[in-house]
Amino acid sequence: MCTMHALKEIRQRARAAAEKPAPYGSDLDLSTYVDEAPERSYVESLEQLEELGEEELARAGVEKSGRGRSGSFVQIDGSVVHRKALEKGLEILSTREALEKYDWLWDYYWKAVAVDADKYTAAVELGPFEGYFMRALPGSRTIYPLQACLYIREPRFVQRVHNVVIAEEGSELHIITGCASEHEIKAGLHLGVSEFYVKKGARITFTMVHNWAEGMDVRPRSGIVVEEGGLFMSNYVVMEPLRTLQLYPTARLVGEGAVARFHSILVAQPGSELDVGSRVILSAPRCSAEIISRAITKGGYIAARGHIRGEVGGVKAHLECRGLILDGRGVIHAVPELEGRAEDVDMSHEAAVGKIAQEEVEYLMARGLSEEEATSTIVRGFLNVKIEGLPPLLEREMRRMMELSEEKAL
Amino acid sequence: MSRASPGHPEYGGEKLGEAKEEREATLRVEDLHVEVEGRQILHGVNLEIKCGETHVLFGPNGSGKTTLLMAVMGFPRYKVTRGRIFLGGEDITALPPYERARRGIGIMFQRPPTVRGVSLAQMAALCSRDGVDVEKLAVDLNLGDFLSRDVNHGFSGGEIKRSELLQLLAQDPRVVLLDEPESGVDMENLQLVGRAIRKLLQKDLRRRRTRCGLIITHTGYILDYVEADVGHVLCEGTIVCSGNPREQLEGIRRYGFEECARCTR
Repeated sequence: MCTMHALKEIRQRARAAAEKPAPYGSDLDLSTYVDEAPERSYVESLEQLEELGEEELARAGVEKSGRGRSGSFVQIDGSVVHRKALEKGLEILSTREALEKYDWLWDYYWKAVAVDADKYTAAVELGPFEGYFMRALPGSRTIYPLQACLYIREPRFVQRVHNVVIAEEGSELHIITGCASEHEIKAGLHLGVSEFYVKKGARITFTMVHNWAEGMDVRPRSGIVVEEGGLFMSNYVVMEPLRTLQLYPTARLVGEGAVARFHSILVAQPGSELDVGSRVILSAPRCSAEIISRAITKGGYIAARGHIRGEVGGVKAHLECRGLILDGRGVIHAVPELEGRAEDVDMSHEAAVGKIAQEEVEYLMARGLSEEEATSTIVRGFLNVKIEGLPPLLEREMRRMMELSEEKAL
Repeated sequence: MSRASPGHPEYGGEKLGEAKEEREATLRVEDLHVEVEGRQILHGVNLEIKCGETHVLFGPNGSGKTTLLMAVMGFPRYKVTRGRIFLGGEDITALPPYERARRGIGIMFQRPPTVRGVSLAQMAALCSRDGVDVEKLAVDLNLGDFLSRDVNHGFSGGEIKRSELLQLLAQDPRVVLLDEPESGVDMENLQLVGRAIRKLLQKDLRRRRTRCGLIITHTGYILDYVEADVGHVLCEGTIVCSGNPREQLEGIRRYGFEECARCTR
């Protein structure tokens, strides 16, 4: 199919879905946001970036010096201000650049996420958008992660992002992403489409920490396709206040022995509404999946969803949702779903919602911790999910990022 | 997490002298009445454990043994309706458990809860005084491989006891409260458990012990490893007999607790 034709069809589908509400989360009126933001100029090195300081970037998991990173991508509002790969075998471009450079990218574009999924996906296609294209060439492995930062500065701005990430055969790609905004922002919207392709024997780990402001609405839309023997792993952390967040990334395991793991750590502050799910469709033998979420409400609303669909026999998957209610005004609604469509699927789930066990508090108090210290130790423990398969360096990094968030959030 | 521990200059403003430390390691319970969920369990318990002494507590199920330990530790569910508890010269009746722990009371739980995401190593570190080598303690207790595991998660009976003792050794309390340290422990582990308790109570120190202990025992097996100075029999919430623990155990084995109760009438 020629490019022009493909684009025309995509646009048509997007237009048809322009008013289509999402099945979950509050319905947002897109007309209340603005598309214009000042153009930010490109910098060759992150250290030259004046708009964002070291600390602001650190909150989004981005190391301004670039130390310990194999490349960086930074977008402020609608401008890509920096993108550079520092290691061989890695490629970072803006998605629009990549679409111009690679004709074959159209085979990936809107293939893992449907452009007409809802009005938010449609809006990304129909409006001015940016976003990153990251690719690990066949067999390339980097020790250091790539870092990406999507930042909103302009009040009422709608940031439209379309990311495409490809790990070619036998490659390994580790990404740390931070999404953040100015804390004073009263309203703003982030629409982020991310399409991940994990080729045969490849692996992608994707660690994301959110740091939005209280007035922000956020609608990520992610789709993942994992081929034979590939692995996709997502670590998703939201602890700081924001207005509404809704996402339901879907991984399709299409090759034998493919693996997907989703770990989500959610803290809902008063006034926040988080509707976060993860879905895995296992459609090849010996595939496996794990969805783990830990949700804490400090007064906000959390829907913790999970959906596992086994389409063929010989697949194995587990779903675990745990919720802790620290403030009785909050709500945790755990919705675990298992859908078996073949004999010989092995799928299970476990969900629990409750408060901190007094017995545990007393146990720690008997060891000399005050009630407050004991509670905080238990809460940190609750969020301390063991993440298997994350390289040690990245695990340390993730812990560090979580600690930064935890300090403020808990 | 840093906090002042007893004997530390931060605590009480001055470094405690040895003589004072000895005085502190005395537990006195006076006319203690305790209620649990509206039900009176202890009806006036009197007890004094002097520095360096180890006492054992016998008694049938439901007699109030665990309640006594929990009340000494200060858990809010165990409500003191009358009487007082002294640590050294200080009345601690109104203090919350962590204040008592910081003053040097340590308790071994019979069935401690699992705390997910908190490893045994972290737990031991939370308890410990400065300069305690948790890893060495763990190796001595054959718990080296357990340090990174969530505390008590999937631990066997014996492992739980050893994990509790590891935490206590790290805490190094002056007053040691042990609730059935031998229950669910096989012979091999019993030796290890016994050795750790001896260490906690400074049993191998001939003179100038600065610790004291109260041990609940059903079977009395622990007495084969840890010498006790005084035994008490608790029946229906009061101490009905205090004396030589071996003789008491012998009597209980032969005649049962009914005889103890009758003995006082």
